[in-house]
Amino acid sequence: MEFVFLIPLLPLLGATVNGVIGSKLPKRAVGLIACLVMAAAFVVSICTFYKLMLLPATERSVVVSFFSWIASGSFSVDMAFLIDPLSALMILIVTGVGFLIHVYSTGYMHDDKAYWRYMCYLNLFVFFMLMLVLGSNYLVMFLGWEGVGLCSYLLIGFWYEKKSASDAGKKAFVVNRIGDFGFILGLFLLYWSLSDLGAGSLDYKTVFENIHNIDPAILTIIGLLLFVGAAGKSAQVPLYVWLPDAMEGPTPVSALIHAATMVTAGVYMVARNNALYSLIPHVGNIIASVGIFTALFAATMGLVQNDIKKVLAYSTVSQLGYMFAAVGVGAYGAGVFHLMTHAFFKGLMFLGSGSVIHAMGGEQDMRRMGGLHSHMKITSVTFIIGALAIAGMPPFSGFWSKDEILWEAFEKGHFVIWAVGLLTAGMTAFYMFRQVFMTFTGECRADDHTKHHLHESPSSMTIPLIILAILSAVGGIIGIPLFEEGTAAHQFLNPVFSHGEQELHSEAVHGGLELIMMGVSVAVGLTGIFLASLLYYAPMKKYAPSFWRPEAIASSFKGLHRLLFNKYYIDEIYDYLVVNPIKRFCDWCLSFDLGVIDWFVNFAAWATRLTAWASHKFDIYIVDGLVNSMSTLVTYNSSIWRRLQTGYLQNYALVFVVGVLIIIVRVLLG
Amino acid sequence: MTGLTGFPILSTIAFLPALGALVIILFYKKDWIDLIKWTALGTSVATFAVSLYLPLTFDMADPGLQWVEKTVWIERFGISYYMGVDGISLLLVLLTTFMTIICILASWREINTKLKGYMALFLLTETFSLGIFMAMDLFLFYVFWEAVLIPMVFIIGIWGGARKFYSAIKFFIFTFAGSLFMLLGILAVYFYHGKVTGVYTFDSTILSLAPVAPAVQFWVFIAFFLGFAVKVPMFPLHTWLPDAHTDAPTAGSIVLAAVLLKLGTYAFVRFTLPMLPNASMLFAPLMIGVSLFAIIYGALVTIAQKDIKKLIAYSSVSHMGFVMLGIFVFNIEGLKGSVLQMLNHGISTGALFLLVGMIYERTHTRTIGDYTGLFKELPVYGVFFLIVVLSSMGLPTTNGFVGELFILIGAFKAHWVYAVFVAFGVLLGAVYLIWLFQRVFLGNFHYAGGHGLKDLGLREIIETAPLIILIFWIGLYPKPFLNVMDASLTKLVEQVETNYRKGNGEVIPPQASLGAAVVERKVE
Repeated sequence: MEFVFLIPLLPLLGATVNGVIGSKLPKRAVGLIACLVMAAAFVVSICTFYKLMLLPATERSVVVSFFSWIASGSFSVDMAFLIDPLSALMILIVTGVGFLIHVYSTGYMHDDKAYWRYMCYLNLFVFFMLMLVLGSNYLVMFLGWEGVGLCSYLLIGFWYEKKSASDAGKKAFVVNRIGDFGFILGLFLLYWSLSDLGAGSLDYKTVFENIHNIDPAILTIIGLLLFVGAAGKSAQVPLYVWLPDAMEGPTPVSALIHAATMVTAGVYMVARNNALYSLIPHVGNIIASVGIFTALFAATMGLVQNDIKKVLAYSTVSQLGYMFAAVGVGAYGAGVFHLMTHAFFKGLMFLGSGSVIHAMGGEQDMRRMGGLHSHMKITSVTFIIGALAIAGMPPFSGFWSKDEILWEAFEKGHFVIWAVGLLTAGMTAFYMFRQVFMTFTGECRADDHTKHHLHESPSSMTIPLIILAILSAVGGIIGIPLFEEGTAAHQFLNPVFSHGEQELHSEAVHGGLELIMMGVSVAVGLTGIFLASLLYYAPMKKYAPSFWRPEAIASSFKGLHRLLFNKYYIDEIYDYLVVNPIKRFCDWCLSFDLGVIDWFVNFAAWATRLTAWASHKFDIYIVDGLVNSMSTLVTYNSSIWRRLQTGYLQNYALVFVVGVLIIIVRVLLG
Repeated sequence: MTGLTGFPILSTIAFLPALGALVIILFYKKDWIDLIKWTALGTSVATFAVSLYLPLTFDMADPGLQWVEKTVWIERFGISYYMGVDGISLLLVLLTTFMTIICILASWREINTKLKGYMALFLLTETFSLGIFMAMDLFLFYVFWEAVLIPMVFIIGIWGGARKFYSAIKFFIFTFAGSLFMLLGILAVYFYHGKVTGVYTFDSTILSLAPVAPAVQFWVFIAFFLGFAVKVPMFPLHTWLPDAHTDAPTAGSIVLAAVLLKLGTYAFVRFTLPMLPNASMLFAPLMIGVSLFAIIYGALVTIAQKDIKKLIAYSSVSHMGFVMLGIFVFNIEGLKGSVLQMLNHGISTGALFLLVGMIYERTHTRTIGDYTGLFKELPVYGVFFLIVVLSSMGLPTTNGFVGELFILIGAFKAHWVYAVFVAFGVLLGAVYLIWLFQRVFLGNFHYAGGHGLKDLGLREIIETAPLIILIFWIGLYPKPFLNVMDASLTKLVEQVETNYRKGNGEVIPPQASLGAAVVERKVE
């Protein structure tokens, strides 16, 4: 399977060509290149998948090594890919959904000036995403992991002239880096723990073979640290804050990166590490708890959003929470299955919302929409299919995957997770249909100019919608528990998770109970849709009791509504507790550096100069003063004595005569 | 002791720039500007070309010095002209010859006054820096070490910015004061070694074979530390750096960051570790503590900067903290990471200064607040800047990642707490760099000057492109770079260990010191 290198290389090629000469090419060529490489990558992925299926189930784990990437001493990491059912499924999702979104983008972004730059980034993103899922060791995964983060940053801030867009990009980057902080530490703790056992490696194969020898306490730390990384990338509490803001990016980007692929990387990573997490079920419980809490928490915020994309963003956070709940309780197959169906229906809904925004001339506020069904039937019908799927209505794909998660949680005895999951499912159905009713039914609330321009999107946009709608509708088929041995998805994925799921549970045994559970979750979903219809669907409104009207609810639960509407003030709290103190501390450090350390330096300089000055003065007045005073003394003395030397002959004669007289007197008297 | 055998390739490389400088000085006519420029460029390119002979003939399996040149200089003091390059210094030599070309290109338009002196001084800086990386005799090393100060001080002081005299003098006095202590340390080693063994020599390979008593090492370490740490620079001896960087001309900043900052860390690896193993071990906790502090503190101070050049300068304090940490965790991974990161820091930070210089040439302001939205007006420049920023923050596929990876591995091996600091430093690095990028490049185009700006020209692209290529080369295929240093660093780690035990008075069985003996014979 050496040809798998083509899968990531093709998008990279597209990115390079468009990045280097894209600005000079016509838009049609740019779009064609970007889409063609994706199509080719998709075809190669299908071939890979097919080849993998030809192998017997137990041998479906092929490592293809290309070259030794970083090697030195005992540390050695290859640029190598692992093809197994999990990665094969992931590359199909990434290239398949990715291809559709590329096609959609050719329509959606057609009028943008920087079309080539957009296509370059999008291709580049797919490249890194494929590296992430294909890597056969943690370091290649990390390469992809950081790369998708970078592309996400670039694409969120694609319209960088807007301050809000560049802020959102920065926030996404930094929050992801906080996650990576945990991720990389976990990685090296793992590496060193294995090194101590004489098996230092970052290859999945070696790691998973030796991982049970590591001290469980260390394993717990490793598991938690890796999960910090996953929580950053997959927007879990408390690191979810970047995802709603990431909606600043173009809508197809939200569909591809912030719904279908990148944000699921954390789920993929936990699933990939099932051998690790199955050894530490208590960490799994933490993951599941964080996941299900995130699911509920995000759903509550989704209830009151008015921005069509924000609703989908919170819903994405919520659905990711579901996936973590699944992988946390050890239901890796169910988690990955939901990852796949979510990629279909959430990708679909984001693209659908993009189609709506496109028609509305950039308007995103649902309060100014309404009645769009009559103007854009394809968008409307496909969107509703997506909503039905996410609301868990049979036979749409979301029903099967969500139900499987709830069922597995229930079956494994996590009743709280099951109950919260069920509640969240009801809320999801509610806000999704709130969105459907507000957008597509009733009177159009837009201004006349916008109304006049309402139109269905071009076929480059509607065809991807239709394909994704079909997938959302029937994509659950591989998850229908028809067979004795479990679902097709399970059969396929099980070899990967054989470390993780100790017993291959057979669905048939629990058939009766599972059917009841299915009924319960469908009933909850229907209740959610019904409640939403009473509030927002015109023909139903007249049946609603007086307290069940949007305004009435908002006014009777004023505080709660404001809390939800302002997203629990989490951003403000983070600013207040983390961001601003750090900024202040940085400023303080700077003043310390200039005011204390550099002050000492300058003080030393000043002190030296002071000493120099003092020495100078000392030299002049004391040392030289002494020398000079000597001379002064001599001068002074001589100035006295020199008076004797008058130079007048008479004076000398006088002194001479006086002297002679004194001598004579002395002699005469003596 | 043999004289010069074979062609003195190292001396040729080291003194070729000086020869070029001499030629430039002889151009007596003032309007021979182009001739001066092209001579300088030609000299630097020729030097680089000759230095490429080294990697082509380098024997990776040989941990010892290669292309050795040794001849007696002052016999009665045991001073020799002793040059040699091994896997530790090879990359730094290449970095120096390579970056000098970039520096001369970067000065093409920027320097308009006294060009002759400028180019001559620049080439002299190259000669002296190369001398430092090649000299294996401590006295010779000291001579180069002091000599390199002179051209650099003049470059800052004459062609510098607003506070050039202050910065030049600060730089000079800081470094000079440090080197005096270093000289004391060198003399102490010389005399103690002479007293014990009867061999009075400045030959560092001989001095490294039998380290002086631990009690002496203690003081010598402090003396060496004061000399080397100023150059790194280590907290709290770092405050000359932001000033020198800010006021130096672009090429001055590049050579400061890329080459001069490496002198300190290189000297720690080359001399402190093997010659003072016991003191190094003793001081290691302190050194690690200071390095970790510098990583975090440097990054925090960087976040608060308002001037682009100052920001990059302060980021060096943090980045060099990584390098120092890698050296003092005493394992092969950390050391490898450090030596590679010296190279990486030279490339990435050098490239950052180069790019900042380009925009300064256009707008004459470096205040972050004076710009927004440059990306729109200067897309090529923006892409280059982004790539370099990403490399500086250590994103995978870039050089910074590989270096930080090894330092992280080494740090983790020593203690997990170190790794937490390193990872946190990497996180903060992302904060200040991505914030810088946002403030300068994103948003609506505006800068204080008003009129439009031209995107990079051909010369500027040619200057930057090689650095970008290196960034990805080291990031994607670091193997050749790692292989070069592998044998020498492995030997160094062994030597430090053996010397440490020798210093503690253990008797080393002959097999253990076999490696060292082989080297000795080679030198003889």
